Amino acid sequence: MDDRAPLRFHVPEPEFRPGDTPDFSNVPIPKAGSVRRPEIDADPESIRDLAFSIIRVLNRKGEAVGPWAGFLTDEELLEGLRHMMLLRTFDKRMLTAQRQGKTSFYMQHMGEEAVSCAFRKALEPGDMNFPTYRQAGLLIAGGYPMVDMMNQIYSNEADPLKGRQLPVMYSSKEYGFFSISGNLGTQFVQAVGWAMASAIKKDTRIAVGWIGDGSTAESDFHAALVFASTYKAPVVLNIVNNQWAISTFQGIARGGSGTFAARGLGFGIPALRVDGNDYLAVHAVAKWAVERARRNLGPTLIEHVTYRVGAHSTSDDPSAYRPKTESDAWPLGDPVLRLKNHLIVRGVWSEERHRQAEAEINDTVISAQKEAERHGTLHSGGKPSARDMFEGVFETMPPHLRRQRQQAGV
Amino acid sequence: MPRMSMIEAIRDALDVSMGRDDNVVIFGEDVGYFGGVFRCTQGLQQKYGKERAFDTPISELGIVGTAIGMAAYGLRPCVEVQFADYVYPAYDQIVSEAARLRYRSNGGFTCPIVIRMPTGGGIFGGQTHSQSPEALFTHVSGLKTVVPSNPVDAKGLLIASIEDPDPVIFLEPKRLYNGPFDGHHERPVTAWSKHPLGEVPAGHYTVPLGKAAVRREGSDVTVLAYGTMVHVAEAAADEVGVEAEVIDLRTLIPYDLETITASVNKTGRCVIVHEATLTSGFGAELAALVQEHCFYHLEAPIARVTGWDTPYPHAQEWDYFPGPGRVGRAIREVMEA
Repeated sequence: MDDRAPLRFHVPEPEFRPGDTPDFSNVPIPKAGSVRRPEIDADPESIRDLAFSIIRVLNRKGEAVGPWAGFLTDEELLEGLRHMMLLRTFDKRMLTAQRQGKTSFYMQHMGEEAVSCAFRKALEPGDMNFPTYRQAGLLIAGGYPMVDMMNQIYSNEADPLKGRQLPVMYSSKEYGFFSISGNLGTQFVQAVGWAMASAIKKDTRIAVGWIGDGSTAESDFHAALVFASTYKAPVVLNIVNNQWAISTFQGIARGGSGTFAARGLGFGIPALRVDGNDYLAVHAVAKWAVERARRNLGPTLIEHVTYRVGAHSTSDDPSAYRPKTESDAWPLGDPVLRLKNHLIVRGVWSEERHRQAEAEINDTVISAQKEAERHGTLHSGGKPSARDMFEGVFETMPPHLRRQRQQAGV
Repeated sequence: MPRMSMIEAIRDALDVSMGRDDNVVIFGEDVGYFGGVFRCTQGLQQKYGKERAFDTPISELGIVGTAIGMAAYGLRPCVEVQFADYVYPAYDQIVSEAARLRYRSNGGFTCPIVIRMPTGGGIFGGQTHSQSPEALFTHVSGLKTVVPSNPVDAKGLLIASIEDPDPVIFLEPKRLYNGPFDGHHERPVTAWSKHPLGEVPAGHYTVPLGKAAVRREGSDVTVLAYGTMVHVAEAAADEVGVEAEVIDLRTLIPYDLETITASVNKTGRCVIVHEATLTSGFGAELAALVQEHCFYHLEAPIARVTGWDTPYPHAQEWDYFPGPGRVGRAIREVMEA
């Protein structure tokens, strides 16, 4: 007789499913201001604990506290609030436009606005982001024209990408925003390559990679960390942990690892976790990592702890896999509300001014939308020509494509 | 004129390109200090420094992925994948990223990279050092695919590929590195130094992508081949005593339809030869093109001689490899049809 117990197969499950009452009181959330801020040139070995904590600046009273506070002026914070509000309003209008059939698809940022908006302000002109589809704040905070974003979403005659890409897969070299693939994780290792090139050319510009919690399971993530570590590439590698990869909770990708940030430790890469819903904390951590990269101190891995409040995309319904109230129970709050409250505490903002700003931003977005729609939407008005479909596959069109274009009669 | 093996010609192409353009960088597994397992990059790290010729971790995904980022920055990376059989971990980066970057960004970002890989069999490399995966690349829009068959072409095609504004898959038939192999594995191979195509001009020159070469003229039958099979086809034609016109495609995408159709319209017969497996191989595309463009000139069905649809075997290498015997039989059958 074999007295060995049968092997057990383990499949992780999220704590809460539809119908459950979510309760995150067991999620350890360090107090704002409690996590130390190491020197820029700290030895990664000496700051391993930062991969298991959460750097936070804004406390419950709306005050900015601790060693990561104090890096932004009133004006910069007011601008940050405006960027997040712009992004949120933009999302709302574009979601509605998708439901009205003006485009095929949309992906919103609800709850994650601080991550890309704050990070962008830590960069300098010429730095290059390799984003995922949920970092449009990089464009908004970088001053990219909103009308062009809408033209891309509508695939209209003014679409900078000529209707070739799925909505929200923007691309702008000028604004430091690498073409979004749509295939997951591929851009992470490309960011490392861009950074290696910058170092090879003795440049001063750095690269920034972005990836979601789910996509860290892709081999591209591991290749990126190996190459970044080996060549000490001037790159900041961001994991946006918004808890959900479509319907799959982050535990499926994280496995037995304590945190996603901890993945960096085995590569000797300094790894920090930050409250992704805290504009000040994201900006301060970004500044720290960006300076490290620029000072030839190599890569940094940052895990932004946040929560995807909305659906994955317009093709997704989260009520099928998580409790409807889960986002309200999420302990890190709303990034827009938190910065708004902080600005009120600072004495530079008020409910009244906030309402005025909301109305003004709404008008700005509506007017951009009207302008974009004059160039057409997906199914009506001006659109890219069928001839454009054949252009740009190669710099010079080879004969076989020329023949096919003739066959298509365009 | 200097005489070179294909290895030396490839090394010379890299040397010339690196000398002319500081943005050309080379890297891959064992590529730096050691100079590559086939020695194609030997001495280049010593000459150009570690920043332009370096070793990488064993990650084809990482090699190609970082090359794409470098190209987006403005460099011209020419990377080596140690064997074409190892390219699959990089396939997503090649197909979804390198090939589409120009298109999807409307020219905002481009990807002038070259991915060099030793390809094909004939060295008893078994299934992991013998494959010919060219059709996996020719099927992808946005990629150019090049397969040289001799040193003088290899150098000119490689320089043209490095200077090309778009991604190029550069497949180097490893059985041809040291000499023109005609499939007679039982006989010794002559070195390239004794072959006219081993005469390689010094300095910079290019062989344009998209232009085939007529290796020998003939009026009886057209043989379409590339890489090692060009030499096999020539030997086979000799042995069956047929006036075959042997066309070396050199570039698969873009292909040289004019040269192909001019030849088949002249001969009225066509045999297509490649080492890769038969089904959905590049020969299927060639057969379709010949049928579409030369149908009323054809006097016999088009024949294909290829590797079998099995994994590349070890002990059975010469049963698998489409040698001169099989190619010769196909030529005769097409002549008799």
